[in-house]
Amino acid sequence: MDDVIIARSLFGTTMAFHIIFATLGVGIPIMILLAELLYQKTKDYDYAVMAKRWTKGLAVLLGVAIPSGTIAGVQLSLLWPGFMEVIGKVMSLPFQIEIYAFFIEALFMSIYVYAADRISPLMRIVSVFFVALGASASAILITNVHAFEGTPAGFRIENGEIVDVDPWAAFFNPSFFVTAGHVVLSAYMTGAFVLASIAACQLLRAAQNEQVRRFHQKALKLSLTVGGVFSLLTAINGHESAQLLHQYQPEKLAAAEGLFETQSHAPLAIGGFTDAKTQSVKWAIEIPWALSFLAGNRFDTVVKGLNDFPKEWWPPLFVHTLFNAMVGIGVLLLFLSAAALIWQKWRKRPAFPRWLLYSFVAAGPLAVIGIECGWIFACTGRQPWVIYRMMKTEEAVTQTGNLAVLFALFVSIYILLSIAVVLVLRYYFRRHPVADELRKPPNEGTLPV
Amino acid sequence: MTNELIAITVLWGFIFIYAVMATMDFGAGFWSMIYIHRDKANATKIANRYLSPTWEVTNVFIVAIVVALFSFFPGAAFLLGTVLLVPGSIILILLAVRSAFLVFAHVAKEYEKALTYISGITGIIIPALLISVLPITHGEFIDIRKGVPTLDLERFFTSPHAYSFMGFAILSTLFLSSLLLADYSLEAGDGEAYRLYRRNAWITGPLSLLMTGGMMLTMRYEAKWLYDKMMEYWPWLIGSVAMFAAAGIALSLPSSRHPHVRGRPRLAVIAIVIQYFLASYAYGKAHLPYMVYPDVTIESAFTHPDTFRALFASYIVGFLILFPGFVYFWRLFMHDKRYVRPK
Ligand code: HDD
Ligand code: HEM
Ligand code: HEM
Repeated sequence: MDDVIIARSLFGTTMAFHIIFATLGVGIPIMILLAELLYQKTKDYDYAVMAKRWTKGLAVLLGVAIPSGTIAGVQLSLLWPGFMEVIGKVMSLPFQIEIYAFFIEALFMSIYVYAADRISPLMRIVSVFFVALGASASAILITNVHAFEGTPAGFRIENGEIVDVDPWAAFFNPSFFVTAGHVVLSAYMTGAFVLASIAACQLLRAAQNEQVRRFHQKALKLSLTVGGVFSLLTAINGHESAQLLHQYQPEKLAAAEGLFETQSHAPLAIGGFTDAKTQSVKWAIEIPWALSFLAGNRFDTVVKGLNDFPKEWWPPLFVHTLFNAMVGIGVLLLFLSAAALIWQKWRKRPAFPRWLLYSFVAAGPLAVIGIECGWIFACTGRQPWVIYRMMKTEEAVTQTGNLAVLFALFVSIYILLSIAVVLVLRYYFRRHPVADELRKPPNEGTLPV
Repeated sequence: MTNELIAITVLWGFIFIYAVMATMDFGAGFWSMIYIHRDKANATKIANRYLSPTWEVTNVFIVAIVVALFSFFPGAAFLLGTVLLVPGSIILILLAVRSAFLVFAHVAKEYEKALTYISGITGIIIPALLISVLPITHGEFIDIRKGVPTLDLERFFTSPHAYSFMGFAILSTLFLSSLLLADYSLEAGDGEAYRLYRRNAWITGPLSLLMTGGMMLTMRYEAKWLYDKMMEYWPWLIGSVAMFAAAGIALSLPSSRHPHVRGRPRLAVIAIVIQYFLASYAYGKAHLPYMVYPDVTIESAFTHPDTFRALFASYIVGFLILFPGFVYFWRLFMHDKRYVRPK
């Protein structure tokens, strides 16, 4: 039993680490692609420098994304051999297709970085496009496995045997499109807001020449626009995700909302802590009828409560907080982008006031926190199942001991890599200030990276 | 061919490609570390120029192996996942350090030396650990206690068989990478680096051949079943040794295109790749039908037939899509004089 907890903590830590770099690896290529396109359209050299610097940062981040992803992939087999046995028989297609996506991303990332000065602008755009495509496709495919865990399809387990296998039915399981869409949209949003944070940070620093300020202003505007668009799409799609829970994993939605009694006109509880003893959410703000409406678009939708399920099937109740944090951040960032838009359009001011810049600085870290909360909610909220109503987590876990030592080892590696990656990024961008790169004559034609 | 055989052939193909690419990758990292202090011959620069664009692609292959393994042979996933937990985790940790610091070393020029040391040293240990999966599949270190498979680490670490595999992995990493870098140096027109790498290949080549002798010897005592079956494939083994000799000859011939140097490294590289191909074919064929001796065979571990068909279709489509990308990549980095031989 103890080993199950350590295995879960170890795998969760690995994923929580990987997802930071993976999300940026999905989000930033889109921004680079947009900067490249803007450069070709406007011939404004600032955008070429932007693409170049973002690419440099991305290359460093991928230096951690790829090995941590390799850890994630192999650890899945090492820690959850029982789970992978089912996945291998039923749901291996997405893993397999993901390999092709990895290849596309890796090949074109090298081409874009190391051959930039030898290929035509068109081929350069094609290369970033493939990098972005490969990253998004790999996110979609791996998320499909996660979707399958929540809404399994395409097989049955009969007397411990896997029967009636249909790999394509498993691939197109009921929550595939919505879940994959949510992950990709939130990754684009997060990539954009992280870059917005950096630009806002730079604008807050005193004493800079006009050229550098204009550069950061352009970067901020571009990333806030992209972030705003995708936070709207994320929220709309998140609503659909919640409706899927209502349909396919009702006890997860009940735990997310701290709802104990099945009812129509169910209230939405915001904030507070779920208390199993009093069967209520303490200190929450309740919006009457809202949950029913969110779950089924009608106030009389009947939402199932936790009491309808055996207690050993209940997800941990703290997922309510994680869910609230994710949704709260989504709404906050939506307002923030709207504020930026309004400020620019209606006040007709070229620059943002400092207080607004400070809140933009917070946007990137908040988005990353949103990603973390969303994932931990989704995976922890599935407990005790590793495959919903099919396989329990404790049936899937490895039988080998020694997990505590390994846990300590992996955590130290993640700490080491986190420190190193921050130092390397700081070092590089201190050594290569924007001012130097902007000063270079734009007549070199192509940009050396 | 049965479905099982097709699947194990694909898996074997991935392992072979990865083995070749990874030895070059890890070896190049090691040599770039060795020559970092006295880089008159540009040996480090040349190693890095090869390494920078390729490590990411090489890394995808290791992931492809793991995925092919559990998707084609999910029945092996349970046993292998369980016994490989500890060695697998150590490999993962080293691999993470190695890849990350490789990237960091290129970006943080001031700390390049320290970072290169870290990635170079971890990189040369990884092949030894990776290859140790093979002796583990020979079965002698796996015990089944109360239905739970466990790896007897003590027996493993005192086994000459395991060490001969590890020694072979390190030496052939050094050998193959020197040979490839010799070829790459000549392509870059760098005579001095070429002579350096050619010399390294001369030293490490015979040593790695000697190690294969050691592997066969220890196999005879520790994995007799495999030894006996490998001997049935003796023509392949003889062919393999012959290709090794051919590589030696290719390295001694006068060069046709470069009058002032000796050796035709491109030929030697091809000969050595064929050598490894023949030897690993014999090894793989002898290993069948066992994936893990004697508990798991390719039949007992095989996936669901419908899943296999879907996977196979995806392989064909994936290959068609990726092939042009690989060709383009090859042309830009292995063939383009502007990259290989910058002014
Ligand atoms: C910046 C990140 C971010 C933001 C702002 C949101 N989400 Fe989200 N959400 C994720 C990032 C995320 C995620 C990390 O990507 C998850 C984890 C698993 C998944 O499929 O996506 C997720 C999962 C997830 C799930 C669980 C799916 C499952 O368990 O299978 C639901 C119901 C929602 N989200 C709903 C929402 C709603 C209603 C939002 C309103 C604004 C929202 N999300 C904003
Ligand atoms: C990348 C972001 C992710 C994070 C932060 C994350 C987090 C977690 C956490 C915290 C756990 C432990 C749950 C608990 O014991 O309470 C877990 C378990 C697990 N997750 Fe995720 N996860 C992520 C993505 C994924 C994806 C994409 C998959 C599908 C391939 C996945 C599959 C699993 C499995 C198989 C387990 C172990 C079994 C279980 O506890 O149910 N995770 N994850
Ligand atoms: C939804 C969460 C995830 C997202 C968005 C994501 C995305 C990414 C991205 C963008 C990369 C870099 C790819 C490259 O440059 O080649 C990556 C690497 C990787 N990820 Fe994740 N990933 C997620 C979860 C997972 C999980 C659960 C696994 C394990 C099954 C995994 C396995 C890998 C592997 C093996 C790599 C390395 C690929 C390589 O060698 O190039 N990822 N991931």
